[in-house]
Amino acid sequence: MRRYLRRSLWQIGIVVLGIATINFFLLHLAPGDAAEVMAGESGAATAEYMAALRQQFGIDQPLYLQFLRYVGHLLTLDLGYSFREGMPVAELMRQRLPATLLLMGSSTALAVSLGCVLGFMAARRAGKIADTVISTLALLFYATPVFWVGVMLVMVFSVALDWLPIGGMTSIEAGYRGWALAGDVARHLVLPAVTLGLFYLAIYTRLVRASMLEVYHLDFVRTARAKGVRPWRIATRHVLRNALLPVVTTLGVQLSSILGGAVLVETVFSWPGLGRLAFEALFHRDLALLLGILFCSSLVVVFVNLAVDLIYTLLDPRIELS
Amino acid sequence: MSLLDVKNLSISFATPRGRLAAVRDLSFSLKAGETLALVGESGCGKSLTALALLGLLEPPAVMEGNGIFLEGRNLLTLDEPTLRSLRGSRIAMIFQEPMTALNPVLTVGEQIMEVITEHEGGGRRAARARAVALMEKVRIPDAERRFAEYPHRLSGGLRQRVMIAMALACSPAVLIADEPTTALDVTIQAQILDLIGTLKRENGTAVLFITHDLGLVGQHADRVMVMYAGRVVEERTAADLFADPLHPYTRGLIAARPGLGGSGRRERLMEIPGTVPGLGAMPVGCAFSPRCAFADDLCRSTVPTSIDQAGGRIACHHSEGIHDREPAIRRIGNS
Ligand SMILES: Nc1ncnc2c1ncn2[C@@H]1O[C@H](COP(=O)(O)OP(=O)(O)OP(=O)(O)O)[C@@H](O)[C@H]1O
Ligand SMILES: [Mg+2]
Repeated sequence: MRRYLRRSLWQIGIVVLGIATINFFLLHLAPGDAAEVMAGESGAATAEYMAALRQQFGIDQPLYLQFLRYVGHLLTLDLGYSFREGMPVAELMRQRLPATLLLMGSSTALAVSLGCVLGFMAARRAGKIADTVISTLALLFYATPVFWVGVMLVMVFSVALDWLPIGGMTSIEAGYRGWALAGDVARHLVLPAVTLGLFYLAIYTRLVRASMLEVYHLDFVRTARAKGVRPWRIATRHVLRNALLPVVTTLGVQLSSILGGAVLVETVFSWPGLGRLAFEALFHRDLALLLGILFCSSLVVVFVNLAVDLIYTLLDPRIELS
Repeated sequence: MSLLDVKNLSISFATPRGRLAAVRDLSFSLKAGETLALVGESGCGKSLTALALLGLLEPPAVMEGNGIFLEGRNLLTLDEPTLRSLRGSRIAMIFQEPMTALNPVLTVGEQIMEVITEHEGGGRRAARARAVALMEKVRIPDAERRFAEYPHRLSGGLRQRVMIAMALACSPAVLIADEPTTALDVTIQAQILDLIGTLKRENGTAVLFITHDLGLVGQHADRVMVMYAGRVVEERTAADLFADPLHPYTRGLIAARPGLGGSGRRERLMEIPGTVPGLGAMPVGCAFSPRCAFADDLCRSTVPTSIDQAGGRIACHHSEGIHDREPAIRRIGNS
């Protein structure tokens, strides 16, 4: 176990550095830089002004020097400085992190828990009405584009019914505190979390259903029946437990790709999280900030995958770390 | 009194083109402490019979009959919760494949405990202690430690012992062993069958021993039912059956059995010509008639009924005169 972890950590280090390198050069392939954007915005795009900006940002130097400096900083865990925002990248991200974690956490929790429950119910009533309803809805949400779901939810619940806020994370003008603030954030959270989670909710529902139906046909379920185990216990203890492995795999995939979804959803709902920060950074050619966010999300991806491996060994004793 | 009484049990599959009969008109009874072997080729309906006795047939399979009486109660008339409470406690089963018959994500100890807690309730502590005792009883060495092992860490023989411990946990009246040793190698096979025999004698359990291996039957069964294409063709005591088989199919099986002749040389194997008919292609008369050396028009047109004969039951139009016709089969066998 310890040897496995040590080896994985080495691999993770190499992979993360590799990703950072690729990110760096890919982003520099794109035309335009932060100086151009800023100068364009201020309307004073003289050559001297732009040169001065470039020198200040350190982007006048040859690319390989910029790269070496970037890697050097990374190795000392320094994510760099955003000249655009006038703040260290790490500090900017730290401010936005809680909002994103809240959004990702609640949408993932919603997708996994509700998906498992619905999939479980559908599998236990396979072929009956409840199953048909659940499976049809799951297919529907599976096939619907996320942004469209987001827009529709806003149209219905914010615009037409006026039950939930259109966007943002708090009602700033109300100045809530304590529990009132928590409730206010929760109300703001509903639509973006549902939008972000709905697609995966559909995936988990379908996955758990299919996987349970498959397990129901295995020999050990017949053994459990022959032992006189109650149907509910067969479903939970024997079937569901064995059907959870693919769920963990998908959870890994979901968490690894969630930043992409968060960019979209946070932008649509003006949720002050990392996704929107990344979107703005891209827009402003704020490469230091963008690289910082990408670096951290690559860390998340590799650690999520490590966690998935560890959870596998907990769920299935046949799998051993080697 | 017999512990298990099966009366005219039939099992069929509901298909779009009508019913396909897989097991027909099966009747037998089992007494305490007795081992009855159910022997037949692959696909003749042995496992279906076993599942039917537990009430575990799944659609499209359906069963009907005049009753399956377990300790006097007719299983065909009981509702599912009552059936469930009998399964594993009054009638238990050991399956063929110890590799896949155990849940891979639960320890073997938990799986044995489960039978006890489901049927008798009581504390986990007590159930655990009983599970360990059961593991010792089926001679799993180092039971206390093995309790916490997962199935994949145990050998096939040990896994089958776990299955036996599970099946015997609540001291069932009837134990069904469906090819319990087919997946094991020969030495382990003998140990497992001896174990089942010992436990049966200790507890007075009635055993239905399902096998396709006639070679195991002689030592391990008191009585034998030979099944062909879903019908019992001959039922005798094991001693009688081997001394003087009366149904042509049984005679063929025994002749085809590999073994050592008196001279130490391998006896000549006699194959039964032809193959078992499929469920959809059953002959009109006796199902064995297309392969039978004695078959005549009567056999091909009329299904023979089971008649009491020679201390058993035989379903053959010509079993009475079989000895006079013996040279005929020899001639065919040698040609
Ligand atoms: N779902 C099904 N639909 C149609 N036929 C089936 C179905 N399940 C089983 N059968 C048929 O029922 C017959 C009896 O099967 P069964 O499993 O009882 O055989 P068996 O005697 O136990 O054979 P084996 O020695 O291979 O275990 C077989 O011919 C099989 O093809
Ligand atoms: Mg079978």
